[in-house]
Amino acid sequence: MTRHTLSVLVENKPGVLARVSALFSRRGFNIDSLAVGPTEHDDISRITIVVNVEELPLEQVTKQLNKLVNVLKIVELDPAQSVQRELMLIKVKADAESRSHVLELVQLFRARCVDVAADAVTIEVTGTHDKLEAFIKVLEPFGIKELVQSGMVAIGRGARSITDRSLRALDRTA
Amino acid sequence: MTERMTGAQALVRALEHVGVDTVFGIPGGAILPAYDPLYDSTKVRHVLVRHEQGAGHAAEGYAQATGRVGVCMATSGPGATNLVTPIADAFMDSVPIVAITGQVASSMIGTDAFQESDISGITMPITKHNFLVTDADDIPRTIMEAFHIASTGRPGPVLVDISKDALQAQTEFRWPPTMQLPGYRPVTRPHSKQIREAAKLIAESKRPVLYVGGGVHKARASTELLELAELADIPVVTTLMARGTFPDGHPQHLGMPGMHGSVSAVGALQKSDLIIGLGVRFDDRVTGDLSTFAPRAKIVHADIDPAEISKNRHADVPIVGDCREVITDLIAAIRASGQKGDYSDWWKLLNGLKETYPLGYDTADDGSLAPQYVMERLSAIVGPDAYYVSGVGQHQMWAAQFIEYEKPGTFINSGGLGTMGFAVPAAMGAKMGCPDATVWAIDGDGCFQMTNQELATCAIEGVPIKIAVINNGNLGMVRQWQTLFYDERYSNTDLQTTRRIPDFVKLAEAYGCVGLRCERPEDVDAVIEKAMEINDVPVVIDFVVHQDAMVWPMIAGGASNDTIQIAVDMAPKWENEE
Repeated sequence: MTRHTLSVLVENKPGVLARVSALFSRRGFNIDSLAVGPTEHDDISRITIVVNVEELPLEQVTKQLNKLVNVLKIVELDPAQSVQRELMLIKVKADAESRSHVLELVQLFRARCVDVAADAVTIEVTGTHDKLEAFIKVLEPFGIKELVQSGMVAIGRGARSITDRSLRALDRTA
Repeated sequence: MTERMTGAQALVRALEHVGVDTVFGIPGGAILPAYDPLYDSTKVRHVLVRHEQGAGHAAEGYAQATGRVGVCMATSGPGATNLVTPIADAFMDSVPIVAITGQVASSMIGTDAFQESDISGITMPITKHNFLVTDADDIPRTIMEAFHIASTGRPGPVLVDISKDALQAQTEFRWPPTMQLPGYRPVTRPHSKQIREAAKLIAESKRPVLYVGGGVHKARASTELLELAELADIPVVTTLMARGTFPDGHPQHLGMPGMHGSVSAVGALQKSDLIIGLGVRFDDRVTGDLSTFAPRAKIVHADIDPAEISKNRHADVPIVGDCREVITDLIAAIRASGQKGDYSDWWKLLNGLKETYPLGYDTADDGSLAPQYVMERLSAIVGPDAYYVSGVGQHQMWAAQFIEYEKPGTFINSGGLGTMGFAVPAAMGAKMGCPDATVWAIDGDGCFQMTNQELATCAIEGVPIKIAVINNGNLGMVRQWQTLFYDERYSNTDLQTTRRIPDFVKLAEAYGCVGLRCERPEDVDAVIEKAMEINDVPVVIDFVVHQDAMVWPMIAGGASNDTIQIAVDMAPKWENEE
């Protein structure tokens, strides 16, 4: 099994996310991570899905996704040719004694401290999946009180945009 | 030019504009506003069915007989959920239908209101697409889009759920609306490189076979198929969904492949070195165990749905396109290449299988009626111009095996979903779509009891279909599996219908139909002829048949096609392998 990152451009309409995610469970594919949000075009949303499948089932996933009427385009993003990021907010135990140690790690990981309380700090960090895993590992000895993580978002490197042609398709029907 | 009207009026006007002449349905609270303008329409005939499932299957029967989109209508909640089975059926068999349902007012959606159900959510996995409309202005465009999606590309069911307030609101009606489907672009033109590659493989192969499925008739390509088969001299097998797409009487036809296929058809696929799949999906009922299916065959797979290609079996030459265009281009490519394969050894082998292992059956010692004999006589007396519409089970397989189909689309049945109760309403829909044709429903006693309430619709609406109930008193196919795989322990398959509970003759008469009964082989011809003479009311014939008749040949579920048996513990002798 290998991890694949799919960028799915969809019409910005109610229920589209449900159609996409339901298709995965219906066809027996597991989603590792999913993130959805607006794009530079009001009518298009972008869903970034990380799936853990072999090549052949991946072909089925993309073909089945392509059949959804609201799906405009699917692109698989190669990790080497794209920037991939996740966001994590993490609340760690930190009292007067340990706080400076925690803040040192925050600096090392280029994270940010976004909230401070008497016995805890809340840290914001972005990065690849591996970086966030590593960050969690070094914070664990201090005591992680709460953790929340976004799905991965990704964008291809270079000047080309995957939305250009889909925009033209939308313009034709407008 | 625009005209001011209600959403409901806009709905009916839109249906008229897209060419709808028949709608099958039942009114209720949420859809009521639509039924008022429907009452006035002179172009759209509404057929009041007795159960929404009947409306859905009738729309399917209509669609399959005419090639046009079938339409059914129901109210919210239970009305809509009763459509779920026919929608799922249409999805599996790629039947173009549009289901229109009323929904509670948009302000009530999500409140568990009376007769509220999230039908667009429920049908999401079983529709090609669906819509929830809460704005009257969107109704005409949505209807146009629904019909376009249902009927183009790989056909399928589309549901349009419309909230009651949208039906009641005022709107400006404008026709034609502009469709907004930027993500919907079915590919119909095959790639010329793949076509040339397929033609090359055909010329090089020694054992080619055309594996023909429902997609060929859906593309209206049976004429082209005949030309291709004769030009290249390739044997043809027709799946359950393709019976009649290639004439049964043609010497190149080897029968139906699959679990209950003929030895020659199953053997042709298993021994092939090149399978040309046209409008097929390598379904498990055809392939049996995939790992042992046609082990030496290269695969050319043409289908309009890219997701079907290499889904179950890897395609060496994938061709995405409409089957008519694919076959037309293949014919041209074969002609242009001037090459022709030599299949004389292959034909010798296949003709040997065909002669040695024809379809057959045993008659019971006690002189009781063999169901297969009923099919043979129906075929002989009724002929190839009629539509035959079957339910699901043993009678369906016998209808597929023992009726000779010479014309495309003349066998209508529920293949993918296997929906018992399909026959009566689907036959009604087929007859309403093609009123001049003779339509026979072939049903089992189990199936018939699931949807026979539509006899009332047929009698009242003047739809004189004929129904042959193959009554063996049992859920016959399940019983057959119990005989073969469950030690003859007949758990809950005995319907005792042969005890006349219900009495199908009386039942038919109670519904205003003619009821006939036949229990002896010598009476079969007369009863069929009598039914053929009655053309003003529906006719039901209760054929009381032997309960131990089984469907042969058979490949057990999940087993390899190589293990085909022609009767209990009887396997055909294959040639010695090279």
